[in-house]
Formats: sequence, structure tokens, C-alpha cells
Amino acid sequence: MADVFDNYRLGAAWDEMISADGTPRPAYRAVHEALQRSGAAELRAGQDALSRSYLNQGITFDFDGEERPFPTDILPRVIDDASWQTIEKGVKQRVKTLELFLADVYGKGQVFKDEVVPRAAVTSGKGFYRQAAGIEPPNGVRVHIAGIDLIRDEQGTFRVLEDNVRVPSGVSYVLANRGAMRNHWADVLGKVRLRPVNQYPQRLLAALRAAAPRGVTDPCVVVLTPGVYNGAYFEHAWVARAMGVELVEGRDLLCSGGTVRMRSTHGERRVDVIYRRIDDDFLDPVQFRADSMLGCPGLLTAARAGNVTLANAVGNGAADDKLIYTYMPDLVRYYLNEEPVLPNVDTWRLEDPGALEEVLDRLEELVVKPVDGAGGKGLIIGPQASRAELDQMRITLAADPRGWIAQPVVQLSTVPTLAGDTIAPRHVDLRPFAVNDGDDVWVLPGGLTRVALREGSLVVNSSQGGGSKDTWVLAPENTVPPPPAVAPTVPEPESITPMRAPDVPPPDLPTHQPQELQQQQVRAC
Amino acid sequence: MLSRLAESLYWTGRYVERAEDTARILDVYLSLLLDDPWAPEGVVCASLLAAMGHDIEGPVDTSDVMHKLAWDTSRPSSVVGAIAAARENSRTSREIVSTEMWESINVTWHESASPGRRANTHAFLSWVRERAAAFSGVADGTLSRDEAYQFLVLGRAIERTDMTARLVAARALAGDVGPSWITLLQSCGAYSAFLRQAQGAIGDREAIEFLLLDPLFPRTLMSGLTRAVASLDELENRGGVSGTRGDEAYRALGAIRSELEFSPIADLIEDIYPLMERVQAACSAADEAIGRRYFPRGLVTAWMAS
Repeated sequence: MADVFDNYRLGAAWDEMISADGTPRPAYRAVHEALQRSGAAELRAGQDALSRSYLNQGITFDFDGEERPFPTDILPRVIDDASWQTIEKGVKQRVKTLELFLADVYGKGQVFKDEVVPRAAVTSGKGFYRQAAGIEPPNGVRVHIAGIDLIRDEQGTFRVLEDNVRVPSGVSYVLANRGAMRNHWADVLGKVRLRPVNQYPQRLLAALRAAAPRGVTDPCVVVLTPGVYNGAYFEHAWVARAMGVELVEGRDLLCSGGTVRMRSTHGERRVDVIYRRIDDDFLDPVQFRADSMLGCPGLLTAARAGNVTLANAVGNGAADDKLIYTYMPDLVRYYLNEEPVLPNVDTWRLEDPGALEEVLDRLEELVVKPVDGAGGKGLIIGPQASRAELDQMRITLAADPRGWIAQPVVQLSTVPTLAGDTIAPRHVDLRPFAVNDGDDVWVLPGGLTRVALREGSLVVNSSQGGGSKDTWVLAPENTVPPPPAVAPTVPEPESITPMRAPDVPPPDLPTHQPQELQQQQVRAC
Repeated sequence: MLSRLAESLYWTGRYVERAEDTARILDVYLSLLLDDPWAPEGVVCASLLAAMGHDIEGPVDTSDVMHKLAWDTSRPSSVVGAIAAARENSRTSREIVSTEMWESINVTWHESASPGRRANTHAFLSWVRERAAAFSGVADGTLSRDEAYQFLVLGRAIERTDMTARLVAARALAGDVGPSWITLLQSCGAYSAFLRQAQGAIGDREAIEFLLLDPLFPRTLMSGLTRAVASLDELENRGGVSGTRGDEAYRALGAIRSELEFSPIADLIEDIYPLMERVQAACSAADEAIGRRYFPRGLVTAWMAS
């Protein structure tokens, strides 16, 4: 039988399954073995079943007004234990730094006085909101949920590509993917041990409850969605259901007297914590865009009065601006007195002396990105851009150097992916999710692996032809489980006495079968 | 109606429910063993088999569980065995079950033997759940609310109570290495209902309390017992059979229901495994009493040629 890897061509990028000498890397051994046994047809069947199940479950995204199953590849991405420990440590460090930085920016501003970051770099950012100054979150947390985007470079090193501390999305796919993959990979999953992902909703709920206004012992938590037409509505509904809390829209809420309430069949009910999936701009027409119909007027006043907690906090965009990203390694050292565990990708700040000139000069070999862009919008990859696009970009950059950053083209690592009827390398990134409850930052094992399904493409966003992969984090071999809060009771198998067997009817009457048969035979004559 | 037919309907109700509930339980345990890298397979499998009424001889693993609880055609306590038994009972009461009910169970039985269906265990188990739901839906939509219907519902309610008790017992036996209480709620499809009711207070204690006592969710012990008692009431009031409310089945189910309803929750949890044994015993006692009362088996009169 033809090997499914026969036509697998390694490129310049780091391939996560196959090493340069053509042998599978240890983390992927079980998956690789299973692939040797199964043909492409079997994978295709698994892929079709997976897509169908997503369509049935409504795990879809909106593509030009058409409901499509969220494209998840049948082949998993595997991360070994050692790499994961580095990622986990690095993500925690990053989130703690962002948290301290935001507290500083909207508080004393010590970081400016110590000249680590120029004040103008923050206040000129689109995500910075003066309105957020002086709002003290009850347990000091502004970044309840973070998504830190990582890539793996040509040497296999994980690097941070960007931070998302406003409204990071995609976590529902992580759990959906694991649920769907279990069917196809049951055999392999019986052999490898993975870190489980299913604690996420409860971790998140615990963090949201911990963020409740002071004095509220049994907080009412809600998820605020822009509504059913939002592309991420599936996730909003999923998160609310998984936590068992109400999913509300702006029109379900009302603010008065500095408190927020929701309209229910039993009258108005006080709301204490809002996990909002609406951007700052649309949150409160009193403070931000006056034409927004999505939020609720007065939310920010209630938050400022300390009567409701918004998660994530307003104004977090000041920290995940891509210009601030360039200062992150310095900020880690400044706030935590540690070296960054996960390096950045080298980046030019175009306002630095000489930087703009150099970037304009080498534009055809660089990537330029808008500092406030999301979803890969506005990004230009030099080697793949046309002359006209580059010329246009030169004018844009010269006019607005604060609005852009430039980076060398990094060949994102590749993972084998089902493409048509063969397996081919496709570029991936990784978005681990972190939840901060004020005491500790918890990182969901794995995270969302996004994959650029088009050959050679480096853009992984689902709005631009990207899909996802289930991300398996191998549990350390023969480890002891994390110690439970109370000593577990484990029975001795020998001590188990079985329950009564399930009821069955009493033995039947003597059967008349022979006579019944006889009679038929007589009739047949 | 004829006792023989009533009995067939009662057992059809029980076996369809048994197939569904066993499929639900198995699905949870398989997911647990795949998902949790630290679950000790031997203990988890032994507790499950014990709670489902199997003797444990020596170490057991997932394949034993699957064989005994899913594929073993020789026992009506496995999923496929229960499907076959339900189909056999429907077959012997075809004149009274609706055509659509018969077809539903017959199709399920034929298809449950096909290798394609069985290729993917998880898919098979969720298909069984769907088929059981289809059968119940067809029964609800096409059967007159006469005695026949009451016997079907009675069988279903008693079996559901019995199986929920076993589900809880399996967890009590496995201790903390078993599936979490939350997972058990998921296996009953009760997780979302529980989350909404609990509003964030979702400890083990709340989950147990929900699974035992919630009066609104249809798969809790309380709901099952209430439903069974209501069916007995219905049968009684039809006047088809003379009798009093001192009926044995009624008493067995009512007594255990009162114990659940009026004992302090802390006592129930403290005593959880023996309590589940008592619930299960009450179901069996009711089953026997129902048999004696409604499905009497006279001595067989045979004409012996001398």
C-alpha cells in the first residue's frame, strides 16, 4: 500500500512531525504509526464525518453569508511535555506582565516616569481609553481571559507573535475539536495520554466569580453578546451554556442608579459580572460610539462605581497594541525582574531613527502589519505582494509610521494536514488561552492551533481561508496526577461486591413452539 | 387487556430504556478513560461492572466492559442484548403496539447487528440513544393512552430509576478516581439543566443532590420514582384490576421515594452506596410485585394422555 507520506515534501519551515532526516519526531510517533496503517481514504472519511458532525452541531462560521462547518483538520497537532512547560511558563509570565502594565498605564504611570515606554506610545494607540483611567477592578484583574498568539520559527523555537487581551476568541473550537477527534482517533488516544481541556468553562466561571464587586458573595455572571449575527455567536452561546449563565444582549440589560440589571420573567435582576464579547467602542454609547445599538448606556458608569465588573476590562487595547508588543521583553524585565521565557519576533518600530528608511528599502522581503489590526486585516507579506501593493504601502507607511510595524518573514512551522486526498505540510500558529482569577494564571493545555489550509499560505485566520487543528499536549509519562484538594478515596478492586443483576422476566411458560410449527406445516399442505 | 400483552409492553419499556441508559453510561466511561491520563483503568472498569450487576473475577479492562455491557448478545443487560429483548417483546405484542413502534424497534435491532454501525463505538452509542428517543417519540405519538401505554411508561420509569441508581453506585464504588459527578450529569443529558439551576454553585454535593432529588429533570431518581408511582396510580384507577392503594409495588416505590425526599441530604450522601442498593432493591421489589399482580402465571394445564 502506498505510504500516505510518499509525496510529503519538507520546506524551509520547521516541520513538527517529520524531522529533517525524514523520521518522525518522538511526540508524533503514535500518530505517525496510525497514519502508516490507514490510507488516505480512511482519513478522508474521518474528515467528512467530522465536518458533518460540526454542521449538525452548528459549529459553523459565517463565510460570505453562508453557514460553513468550521474547518478542522482531521490530523492533530502534538506538543510534547517539555515544550508545553516552556509555553505555559512563558504565557503566564506574559499575562502577568500585561496585567501589571495595564494597572500602571491606567494608574500611576510609573513605567513612563522610568522611561521604559514613552507615554506617547501608549496614549497614541487606538486601544487606549482615557475613560478607563481610575476604574479599579475589584480583585485587581483586568485581563481575565487572554489569548497569546505563538508561532514556531525555522529553528523550532516558539515565539510570541501578538497578545490578545481584549476579546480573544476561539476557545470553543478547542473543546469542540477534542470532542470530535475522539471518534476518529480512539485507538491512538488509548495509547498516548493527553492533558485534558475540559476544565476551561469552570476555570473561567471561577475567575469571573472571583472578580465580582466587593461584598457580593453569590454574584450573577452573564455573557454579553452583540447578537446572533455576530461571527462568533456560536462561541458566545457555547461559553454561556458551558458555564450555565445567561447569554444577554444589550437590550436585555438596563443601567440605572449606577447598577446593571437584566429583564427577566421574574422582574429585574441585578447583574454583577459581565463577560462581554463586545468591543470597547460599542459597549456604552454614553462613553464611546454614540450610535452603538449593541451595548447598554451607563455600563461604564456602573463599572466605575464598582457595582459591576467588566471582563475583560475596558481599555485593555492599550496593552495588546502591536507597537507596545515591541516593548514587551523590556516590560517583562521591568515588572517581573525575569528574562522573557518566550522571545518576540524581531520587529521594527517605524518611528525609531532610521527604521522607516530601512523598512521602505527592504519592503519586498518584510511583513508589515497595522498595529491595531485583527484577523490578518491589512497585513502585507512583501515577497507575495505585487509591485503596486508595495508602492501603495510605501506611501501609507511614510504617512503613518505609528500605525504600522514591520517584521522579517518567518516561515511558520508546518504540520501534516489533509489536503484533498493526500497529506501535505501546512503552516500553523498556536493561540494558548489563559484565565486569570487574581491568584493565579491558568493556561488551558494546548490552545487553538490555526492552520493555513492553502498551500504555502502564511495567513491562518479563518476569515482568510484558515482552519484549525486539535492540539494535543502529551501528559508526562508515568507521572503522578496533580494532587487533589482532598485525598482521593480509591477502593480495592477485590473489595467490590456487585449489585444485583438487572431484572429479567421470570422464566417463560413451556413453549408451544413445536405445535405451532406443526400447525403451520399442516396448513401448508 | 391480556396479561401476556401487558407484560410484553412493560418489558419493551424496560429494555428500550436499558439499552439507552447503558449506552449513556458506557459513553461517559469511555470518554473518561480516553480523556483523563490518570484514570486507573482497572478500578474504574471493575466498579462499573459491579454496579451493573456483574461478578468481578480478576482484573478487568475496557474491552471486558465493552464486551459485557455493549456487545454480549447472550445477556439482556448489554446494549445489543437489551435491544434484542425489546424487539422480542414487541414482536410478541404486535397486535397492540403501533406499526410504527414495531418498525422502529425492528429496524434498530437489524441495524444494531451491522458491522458498519458497530465500527465506531462512540457513534454506535449515540445512535442507540437516538433510536431509543425515536422509539419513545413514536410511542408517544401513536399509542392510545390506555393501559398498554401505562405499562410501557411504567417499565420505562422503573428501569430509568434502576439505571440512575446504578450510575450513582458505580461512581460511589470507584471513589474519586471515577468520573466526576459533573460527568455523570452529562451522561444523563442533565448538565445544562443543572448548571442553569445551580448558578455557579456546582460542587459535587450540588451535583449529587440534583441527580438524586431534582423533581423537574426527567432522569433523576426523584422524577423516575414519581413517574412510576403515577403510572401505578393510573392503572389502579382504571378499575381493570381490583385492588387497593396498599399495593406492594406502590409501597416499595413510595417508601424509597419518601426516604429520598425527607432525609437530610448530608445523610443521603454519607450513605450513598447502601442507599443506591436500597433504591435498586425497591425497583426489583416493585418489579416482582407488578409481575404477581398484573401478569399472573397460572399453573400450566396440560392434557396428559394416559
